[in-house]
Amino acid sequence: MNFILTHPREVATLTAEHLWLVGTAMLIAVLAGVPMGILLTRRPKLKAVVLGSTNVIQTIPSLALFGLLLPLPWLGARADRLAIVALALYALLPIVRNTYVGITGVSAPVREAALAMGLTPQQLLVMVELPLASPVILAGIRTAAVITIGVATIAAAIGAGGLGEFIFRGIAMVDNGVILAGALPAAAMALAADFLLGTLEKWLMRRGH
Amino acid sequence: MGLGSYRMTEASTIAIEFRDVQYKLAAGRLLLERFSLQVNRGETLMLLGRSGSGKTTCLKMINRLIEPTGGEIYVESKALSAWDVIRLRRSIGYAIQDVGLFPHYTVRENVALVPKLEKWERSRVDTRTEEVLALVGLPLSEFAQRYPNELSGGQRQRVGLARALAAEPPILLMDEPFGALDPITRNEVQMEFQKLQQRLKKTVVFVTHDVGEALLLGDRIAVMDSGQLRGVYTKEGFLQSADELVRSYMDVVRAGKELLGS
Repeated sequence: MNFILTHPREVATLTAEHLWLVGTAMLIAVLAGVPMGILLTRRPKLKAVVLGSTNVIQTIPSLALFGLLLPLPWLGARADRLAIVALALYALLPIVRNTYVGITGVSAPVREAALAMGLTPQQLLVMVELPLASPVILAGIRTAAVITIGVATIAAAIGAGGLGEFIFRGIAMVDNGVILAGALPAAAMALAADFLLGTLEKWLMRRGH
Repeated sequence: MGLGSYRMTEASTIAIEFRDVQYKLAAGRLLLERFSLQVNRGETLMLLGRSGSGKTTCLKMINRLIEPTGGEIYVESKALSAWDVIRLRRSIGYAIQDVGLFPHYTVRENVALVPKLEKWERSRVDTRTEEVLALVGLPLSEFAQRYPNELSGGQRQRVGLARALAAEPPILLMDEPFGALDPITRNEVQMEFQKLQQRLKKTVVFVTHDVGEALLLGDRIAVMDSGQLRGVYTKEGFLQSADELVRSYMDVVRAGKELLGS
């Protein structure tokens, strides 16, 4: 426990690095995953391929995924770039799946009435489907965030930085204090993200859903 | 707004026409066959039939929620295939049993939806929203800010009706809109609808399986059976018909009356 108190600047730096990895990966995952989920609702035939692939990615052990991406030309050049891409891939499944489930879960009479009133497909998406699906989509983002914060500790194994550095260092030094310097801030981050997104989710649910 | 440039110079008396329409499912079953029917402008035409008779299929073809697999349908003398589907739907009001109000919109926002989509001026939207809510008996001051989950079944149905009428469509399609209401509320809403129809004189196609409702609200009744049109009757014609199916409907009405001892 002492380590955190005696090395505040290093803890802060690695925490910031960790946030950067997670934040960037989550941004990419949301910007790619939500449209993918929407696409699946329009072209259900793609469901097997897309959900299947994100499922497979999820099953690859994180360390292995980092290792597998290493030889790739542009990606492997910088450790943090590789880590961010790998983390984004991991975050995809909950986001894509929840977007799909959220939108298809919109009540049939509401959808029928919306079409019958002459909403264009774009208006249907923006005015009806996305707003009504938002609590479910957000739940997917929340799950993805918590997972990503945890998996990001592995990024240190390939030199991408983040709180994993302490964990690996602590294991090598057989020093629990150092391990905790990595584990505790990561856990706190996960709890904070879960709480903040959970509050947002509850606020969205209040809107008479 | 509404039918805009599609309005014919000589107003046809036929608002909607089905010509030999067929609807076949992918699996091969015929939900509607050889269906020909004319709906006169300003009349309330009831589509009466049992479950599976094809009446809802028929209704949903008018606003192209379902596309026929054969035959042609004309709205305002123009083939459906020639209509822009969005323009068509904005010109037709639609009210269904489950109503389908947007749960994340207030009553006011639900009702104002189509006028806003049609880019009416703000003041016109507000005036019309208040007007049409008053028409269905829901004062704006009390109901405007409520959400659908804060309304009773009857109130929701009225908001649905107000929403269907908001953009002043000449045609109204209704699919058992009062079916989920308790008998007393249903009767109240039916009476109000009747008064409304006498005032507004819209062309209404109304699906029902309730012969009492058909007799109460309809100018004419189209009886459907197993995907085919059995016959179209005026009220008197229906009451006097020798047709087997019509008579079995009348038997039901008579049995009901006997139960009440009248």
